[in-house]
Amino acid sequence: MATKLSYRISFLVLLLALLLAFVLNISLGSVSIPFKETLNTILGGQTQQDSWNYIIWNYRIPKAFNAILVGSGLALSGLLMQTLFRNPLAGPFVLGISSGASLGVALLIMGSSFLAGLLGFGFINDISLAIAASIGSFLVLLAVMIVAARVKDTMALLIIGLMFGSITAAIVSVLSYFTNAEKLQQYIYWSFGSVGNLSWPQLSILSAIVGIGTLMSVIAIKSLNALLLGENYAQSLGVNIKRNRLFIIIATGLLAGGVTAFAGPIAFIGLAVPHLTRQIFDTTNHKVLIPAVFLYGGILLLLCDTLAQLPNSIHILPINAITSLIGAPVVIWLLIRKRKMIF
Amino acid sequence: MFIVNDLHIGYAKKKRQTTVASNITFQTKPGTFMAIVGVNGIGKSTLLRTLGRMQSKISGEILLANTPIEKYTAVEWAKKISVVLTEPIASKNLTVIELIALGRQPYTNWIGALTQTDNVAIEAAIEKVGLADLKQKKCFELSDGQLQKVMLARAITQDTDIILLDEPSTHLDLFHKVHILKLLRSLAHETGKTIVFTTHEIDMAIQLCDAILIMGKEKQSFGTPKALQSAGIFHQLFPEDTVIFDSKTSTFKVNK
Repeated sequence: MATKLSYRISFLVLLLALLLAFVLNISLGSVSIPFKETLNTILGGQTQQDSWNYIIWNYRIPKAFNAILVGSGLALSGLLMQTLFRNPLAGPFVLGISSGASLGVALLIMGSSFLAGLLGFGFINDISLAIAASIGSFLVLLAVMIVAARVKDTMALLIIGLMFGSITAAIVSVLSYFTNAEKLQQYIYWSFGSVGNLSWPQLSILSAIVGIGTLMSVIAIKSLNALLLGENYAQSLGVNIKRNRLFIIIATGLLAGGVTAFAGPIAFIGLAVPHLTRQIFDTTNHKVLIPAVFLYGGILLLLCDTLAQLPNSIHILPINAITSLIGAPVVIWLLIRKRKMIF
Repeated sequence: MFIVNDLHIGYAKKKRQTTVASNITFQTKPGTFMAIVGVNGIGKSTLLRTLGRMQSKISGEILLANTPIEKYTAVEWAKKISVVLTEPIASKNLTVIELIALGRQPYTNWIGALTQTDNVAIEAAIEKVGLADLKQKKCFELSDGQLQKVMLARAITQDTDIILLDEPSTHLDLFHKVHILKLLRSLAHETGKTIVFTTHEIDMAIQLCDAILIMGKEKQSFGTPKALQSAGIFHQLFPEDTVIFDSKTSTFKVNK
């Protein structure tokens, strides 16, 4: 079929774009390294300066990989949520899943000063941070799920997400009142969102989490497609709704929670990428959408990160600022062209 | 195919039970075109949802091919019964052919890849319902009548012995009402499928159906339109001061 061929071409273009964005991301940074030398280093050759080699292998390449994992994971979790909640405006940020993760991390970082005295533990490492974020996002996801079963109104769901954001903000401000400046700063840096500062071992943990979440999404393709008709129809097509819903929620929680744990709450990628992908591929079939959203999410976050690090300057903007600048207009555009609110 | 014995339907919430309709008993043969009629709120949709396993019964039994319907696994069930509901589909961004192809899900592999057999079934359903021109259209571009036909094609594609439809002719103009109902009737008679639908078009049900279940507050009546008419059931359907049944023409008239 002609459509199959055009899908193949589109995927090829996306793959090339990913590769290009990857190289571009690595070649630009606070230290100016000639493009030729960057390529040379990636391909395993020698560079003029050893420091360049060090920067590229220990800083820029892990960061670029991380950007891909974060972008892909968030975008995929957004796609799963939009289908599961039958809501075009669903996404990890809008539904409060990121807030849940933030709350978990805030309680861990700032609340640990009380708990440390009570329970006798006071260490905060990446693993405990990841666990706290995942638990937080999973709990919010469950709460949203319970509410979604009762209210059919899509707008109500979004307002609930907003409320979770407010609750998080409130608790954080209460905690910040009691905590010391150092811990508050630690939390605020985390909440800015960043794809840098990850070591190779941390990266491997994140890739395992995103890998499992992606694998689960692929397994769920058939039931996700059935869910496009609504739950009753999906059930009439032989889909075990309860089991599949839980399966998809766990996948979403892993993707959104895991990513947020390592990169902080990153806005709009999860919401905007699935819509942009549907525009390009003009399909709702998850067999096409899942790989496409995965690639697209990676590309977009690589590009956002490239912008955020302000090439050749020592300043780094919070990546959230960039993703919001791109994502918020997408949401407004979706609301204005109501017809395209369909998903 | 369906054997329903002394069925009580309704909603059970925690310990409270709300019975909507009781003592429902009927049987269908393959190829039966059957209507469920009754006034608003009498439990037509509840019955249809109970028959389709979308909600559980309160008591009584429903047998399909001599097996209680609860015994079927999810996929076995999906190969026996397809449904067309009143609720809108979640994503209207699907194309007509994508939506119809979803009807093959009970038969496809883990990722939902369509085989030659699946494609033949899909094309046959599209032709049967007359949707060839609309295949590549998106669902949000369709009229209500067209969308209803697409949903019907999807149900046909599912290749089941029974199709349940909840008010398939509501929101359609007279021409499209007749068109859909005649299509369903010929489908039942030609393919031997049992087609059960709820409707408010009693006039048309009398003219077109092989069997009618009339749901009332106290009792349910089941039979061929002729049998029901000679038993005088239609006269009791509505309060006599508003609507009366004219036995000569087999139609309902407003009592002025």
